[in-house]
Amino acid sequence: MKQLRVITEKCTSCIQCELACAFVQTGTFQPSRSVIRVHIFDEQAVYAPYTCFQCDEAWCLTACPVNAIGIDPNTDAKVVMDDVCVGCAVCTVACPYGTMFYNPDSHKAFKCDLCGGDPACVKSCPTGALEYVDMDQPDWLASWADKVNRGFQHMQDE
Amino acid sequence: MSETNTMHGWTGTVLRVNLTTGTITKEPLNAEWARDYVGGRGLGVKYLSEEMDPSVDPLSPENKMIFATGPLTGTNASCGSRYMVVTKGALTNAITTSNSGGFWGPEMKFAGYDMIILEGKAAQPSYLWIYDDRVELREATHLWGKTVWQTEEALRTELGVPDTIIASIGPAGENLVRFACIMNDLHRAAGRSGVGAVMGSKNLKAIALRGTGGVSLADPQAYLEGQWAMKEKLRQSPVTAEGLPMYGTEVLVNVINEHGALPTRNHQQTVFDEAENISGETLTETRLVANKACFSCTIACGRVSTLPGEASSKYSVTTNPQNWKIAGEGPEYEAAWAMGSECGVGDLDALIKANWLCNDLGMDSISFGASVAAAMELFEKGVVSQDETEIPLEFGSAEALVAMAEKTAYRQGFGDAVAEGSKRMTETLGRPEFFMGVRGQEFAAYEARAIQGMGLGYATSNRGACHLKAYTVAAEILGLPRQMDPRATEEKAEITKIFQDATSTVDATGLCQFLTFGVGLEEMLPQLSAATGVPYTLEELVHIGERIWNLERLWNERAGFTGKDDTLPKRILEEPIPSGPAKGEVNRLGEMLPEYYELRGWDKDGIISEAKKKELGLE
Repeated sequence: MKQLRVITEKCTSCIQCELACAFVQTGTFQPSRSVIRVHIFDEQAVYAPYTCFQCDEAWCLTACPVNAIGIDPNTDAKVVMDDVCVGCAVCTVACPYGTMFYNPDSHKAFKCDLCGGDPACVKSCPTGALEYVDMDQPDWLASWADKVNRGFQHMQDE
Repeated sequence: MSETNTMHGWTGTVLRVNLTTGTITKEPLNAEWARDYVGGRGLGVKYLSEEMDPSVDPLSPENKMIFATGPLTGTNASCGSRYMVVTKGALTNAITTSNSGGFWGPEMKFAGYDMIILEGKAAQPSYLWIYDDRVELREATHLWGKTVWQTEEALRTELGVPDTIIASIGPAGENLVRFACIMNDLHRAAGRSGVGAVMGSKNLKAIALRGTGGVSLADPQAYLEGQWAMKEKLRQSPVTAEGLPMYGTEVLVNVINEHGALPTRNHQQTVFDEAENISGETLTETRLVANKACFSCTIACGRVSTLPGEASSKYSVTTNPQNWKIAGEGPEYEAAWAMGSECGVGDLDALIKANWLCNDLGMDSISFGASVAAAMELFEKGVVSQDETEIPLEFGSAEALVAMAEKTAYRQGFGDAVAEGSKRMTETLGRPEFFMGVRGQEFAAYEARAIQGMGLGYATSNRGACHLKAYTVAAEILGLPRQMDPRATEEKAEITKIFQDATSTVDATGLCQFLTFGVGLEEMLPQLSAATGVPYTLEELVHIGERIWNLERLWNERAGFTGKDDTLPKRILEEPIPSGPAKGEVNRLGEMLPEYYELRGWDKDGIISEAKKKELGLE
């Protein structure tokens, strides 16, 4: 199954991915609605895009009291069913990675659905820092964490 | 506000803050002006022209400041990150349009505003906090005295909103250093002409922004096609796809030096024998840790550098010593020239440190370096002695350069003289011929004797000497869009006018000028029209640029400038270059200026004709 992969070393923090993601959802350029976020650690020169990596054991899905989160059989993405979601936001608390969001206008939860198998963020990235490729396991979180950790380690050492 | 907004591209709302009374108002954007001036530099200049008497003291409450975005600021158009600060320059007494990238301009759009207009002067140190439609003027006594990097950290903690984007002044702006700048996102500067001193004179420390809204498009499908086409062209240009990402603007050091056009030791020479040490190649190989992009930029020319190991403890200063252990940005080409070859300093680590100090203290690194260079010539010629300067201000002294950064920002000792800028400093000391600039603003990094067109561009630049208003280096050195002989004066009047007008339009869209290394107005046009819904034509866009240029010129006329100010220092006009590839050259401004006036539709004294005013709608 294809997974989203983040190669933090290639990211320049331009946030084209956030703009593409927001555009797909809202038809405007509104990064506050993006479900991919670039974390910018200026002092360590680390720019790290970050989004839902579609956990096998998805706590958002488990926590939802009305079973509004399902699994897209084509992509394995965990997706919010708007007509079922009641806007309780329990999923945003359950997600350990902070990649489940709440829309105060529609009162619905929203998250990365991999654009149905053709992620806009991947297409928009000018440096190839995002890929959508076949992987057994999402392998990028470890390298992401490693890089961010090195940034903090660097800060503490000095 | 969104309920009244019928505009696309533009948000349709202007935020006005009177700092004297604390009155905050939101008003609709003048749609007719928006159409005729687009945004950014154009709209800012139009509003300032309509609202303010150009003869006021730039540091008085009567001066206004306009922070202006363009309709493409905040979109995913490549490099749609820019905002423009339009005001009367503290360094120049002329109109200034200082541009910056980063994330601040887009955040202003997301908060719902095309422009912020500041009037008056706050009674006490203050900052402006804007969270969408909530706008508060808050006390900033506790922030006064903090550096830019300290201010950003303190404000984010205080506001409790981690995603806040901040533009602020440092101690240099507070101390009214004539070339103080406004910094945003730590390292991005609205750099030149002293816009930071104007903000300091208003007692405004910072503008903190958080916007959760978006920028809408009139015709999303046409817009998307336009932006993909432009990005594809940028991917194919050797400058925007390879040169700038790999070496940043610093790639120019060796190129310009090889042409004998790198001003050295306050323009006494034009070749720097240590250029290789401060070049983009050396920076990339020894000190670069990452490329950093501004908002939506697919080029990513920003240089993130570090001072590893021993390098961090060279040239000790008292400002934030912990900063030398982390990553910072720069130097860019212009800064590397001003603080490097212009001061005769060939130590890259000193330039990195001085550049970071300029960013953290909030000073324009170009005017700072060039003013130190003028001071070094005053020292060399015995006009000032070590009794006055305290430290030996010798050309080539990295220690002196780094030390002067702090002394200038805090106006300590001889730094108080440097803080006035090199024109005022050299005049006060009786040697005005050592000032290398136009309209009070120091030159940028291109020798006007070796690149004739740049001389005309500097002499006629409305905001004083500047490389960003007519970058004829592109044609004269880099061969874009076609190669021209840098030593010839033929056709330079025409190319200067074309570049000035086109650049004015780019500055009005909200896009970055670096795009023009790979694309032209024709690639920007479809995005601009599709975003705004205004069916602009290419001809109209060029016309808009000419309108902006002439309106700035008219403003300067009202401020007291005449054609006599369209000139260059005696050294550039009369003293031949002593050595190097351009040996023997002077700038032959007299051969270009009359033709330029004629092409512009101005009379022989540089006064805009009534016919030209009418043609441009400027009566």
